[in-house]
Amino acid sequence: MSEDVKKMIIDYVKKEYLEEDSGVDVNENTKLISSGIVDSFSMVSLKMFLEKKFQVKIPDDKATPEAFDSVNNIIKLLNDFTKT
Amino acid sequence: MNNIGSYEERYKTFNWKQSEEELEYGKNGMYNIGYYCSDRICEKGDGNKLALIWEGFTGEVKKYTYDDIRVYSNTIAKFLQDVGIGIGDRVCLFMDKVPELYLSFIGILKMGGIAQPLFSAFGEDALYTRLDDAQTKAIMIQKKHLHKVRKIKSKLPNLTKIIIIDADDSQPQVNEIHFWMEKAQKVDKFDIVKVGPEVPSVIHYTSGTTGKPKGAQHVHSSIIAQYITSKWVLDLQPEDIYWCTADPGWVTGTSYGIIGPWANGVTQIVLDAGFGTEKWYAFVQKYKVTMWYSAPTAIRLLMKEGFDVVKKYDLSSLRHLASVGEPLNAEAVIWSDKAFGKPFYDTYWQTETGAMVITNFPGMKIKPGSMGKPFPGIAATILNTKTYEPITTPGIVGLIGLKPGWPSMMRTYWNNRETYDGKFKNGWYVCGDRASIDNEGYFWFVGRDDDVINTAGHLVGPFEIESALLEHKAVAESAAVGKPDPVNMEVVKAFIALKPGFEQSDDMELDIMNFIRKRLSPLAMPQEIEFVPSLPKTRSGKIMRRLLRAKEWGEEIGDTSTLEND
Repeated sequence: MSEDVKKMIIDYVKKEYLEEDSGVDVNENTKLISSGIVDSFSMVSLKMFLEKKFQVKIPDDKATPEAFDSVNNIIKLLNDFTKT
Repeated sequence: MNNIGSYEERYKTFNWKQSEEELEYGKNGMYNIGYYCSDRICEKGDGNKLALIWEGFTGEVKKYTYDDIRVYSNTIAKFLQDVGIGIGDRVCLFMDKVPELYLSFIGILKMGGIAQPLFSAFGEDALYTRLDDAQTKAIMIQKKHLHKVRKIKSKLPNLTKIIIIDADDSQPQVNEIHFWMEKAQKVDKFDIVKVGPEVPSVIHYTSGTTGKPKGAQHVHSSIIAQYITSKWVLDLQPEDIYWCTADPGWVTGTSYGIIGPWANGVTQIVLDAGFGTEKWYAFVQKYKVTMWYSAPTAIRLLMKEGFDVVKKYDLSSLRHLASVGEPLNAEAVIWSDKAFGKPFYDTYWQTETGAMVITNFPGMKIKPGSMGKPFPGIAATILNTKTYEPITTPGIVGLIGLKPGWPSMMRTYWNNRETYDGKFKNGWYVCGDRASIDNEGYFWFVGRDDDVINTAGHLVGPFEIESALLEHKAVAESAAVGKPDPVNMEVVKAFIALKPGFEQSDDMELDIMNFIRKRLSPLAMPQEIEFVPSLPKTRSGKIMRRLLRAKEWGEEIGDTSTLEND
C-alpha cells in the first residue's frame, strides 16, 4: 500500500486517540495497543474506520490486539483482505 | 498444602477476629492500612524483600522492596501534608499503572487522606462527574492525562491541587504542582496518622441504572477481609510471585492489586501495557508467576488464540489461578485446565463488598460455571424478588443477599445515603444480581437485576451514556443497553433517534462512537449503534430500555401494557 495510506492511518490515530499537546510521535512502528494509545475497546472504532475508508471487511477473529499493534501491522492486515 | 485447608471446617469455626489476630490489627492503636502494607512488613524483617516489580510497555523495569514502599509512601504522605492536604480530604489518583500509582495510594492513606482512584481512560465528562461528587481536593496525575483536567478544572472549585507526577520543564498553570517521587527528599520517618478502624480510606465509583455514578466509601478496617481472602482464596504464600492484571482505577486493583498482596507480604508484578496474548504469556514466563488473578474477558481472549501459542512458553511456574469481574463461563474453566493444567477459580464480589464474598476455594471441587460458596464469615442466600425472604428450595432463581457486617463492606455511598439505605431489604444487603443455589450449596449466577451493563467486568450505567449521547449535536433521543458478546460478556449498544436534518451513515455512527469514547471512556463507547425513527416509551414518556435489551438477548419482551401507543 502507498505512503498515502500509511499517512492516512497515522493521521487518524493522532486525531482520534491522542491530544494535540500529547507530545507522542506516531510512526508506522509505534506500538498502538500495547502502549495504551488505543485500548482493546477502542479497536472497534479503529476497525470501523479502516473498513469504511478502505472498503474492506476485517473478520472479528482477525482483529486481534497484535494485528492492530502498529500501523505496519494494520497495513499488513488490510493487504490480506484487499487481495481477496 | 493450601492456606485454607478444609473449607467446611473454616466455615464452621470462622471469626473475623482470626484475621485481626494474624494482622495484629489495632496493636498500639494502629488501624491505618498504609502501615499494614509497608511498615509492618519491614518490622517483621522483610524490608529487603521485593514488593513490586513493574514493567512498562517498552520493557523498562523498576523494582521496589518493602522498605522502598515504606520510604516512598512516607515521602508522598509528607509531601501531601506539606501542600495542605488534610485528614479526610479526597485525593484522586488518575494514572496508568505506573509505580507512583501504587505508592501514592499507600501515601495518601498514611497521611489520613481518602484515596479516590479513577480509571485513567475516563474522558473529561466521566472524570468531572466523579471529582465533582466527591468534592475532591487534589488529583495526582500523569502529564499525558492533564489535558482532561485542564478542560474541567474551572467547574471544580474544590480541586485546588493538581499534582503532576512526571512533569517536564514547562511552567505549571494555576493550582498545578510538579512532584517527582524519585527526586524528592526521601522521608525515612513519618508519623502515620492513627485513624480509627471506621475512618474512610478509599472511594471507588460504580455505576447504577439511574442517576450519577455512586462512590462506594470504604474504611480502614476493610483490610481485615482483604488480607484473609487474599490468603485463603488467592492462596498467597510467602514465596509467591503474584500477578493481578486489574487496574487500580477499579476496586480489584486496590483490594487485590495493592492491599491484599502487600498486607500478606507477597511480591507482586505489574505490567503497564495493553493486552496481548503472547505478551502476557511471555510475562508469566519471564517472572515465573505463581499466582495469577485475572478476568474472564482476558481469559476468553487467551482462549481465542488457542493451545498452540500456550505451548510456546514455559508456564510451569503457575500454581494457582483465579478470576473476577463477571461470571467465568464453564468453557473457560475447562479450557484453562487443559491449557495450564489447572482451572481458573471464579470469585464473586462487588465494588460495594470490598472483598470476595462468594468464591471457589483451593482444594474445593470446582463445578465449572459456578460462583462457588460463601467465604467463611459471610452469610449469603438467595432472596425472593418480591418478599426478600430467603429461598430454601435449590435451583430457584432469586436475588443474592448478604447479611451485613463483614469488615470490607462499604459504609455508605458518598453524598448519597438514600441510595445506600435502599440496598438493604428485610435485613439483607441486596447485591443486585440474580442467582440460584444448588443442592450442594454452590451458587450459580444468572444475571443482573437491573439495566447496568457489565462489560469486561466493569459496570457501565446506561443513564450516564444516554446523558452524554444527548450532548451530541445530532442525537434527539437515545437508549443504551447491554448486548451479548462472546468475549466481554456484554458490550454497549445504543439505539438512537436523530434530530431532523441529520441522516444516519457510517460516518455518523463512527462520530458518535468516538464522541462517547472521548467524553466518558472506551468502555462506555457503543460498540454498535442502531438508528431508529423513535424509541419505545411508556405512556408517561419513559424510554422502555427493558424492551430493547430483551430484543438483544432474544428474551421474552414481557408486559408491554404500559407501552405508548404509536
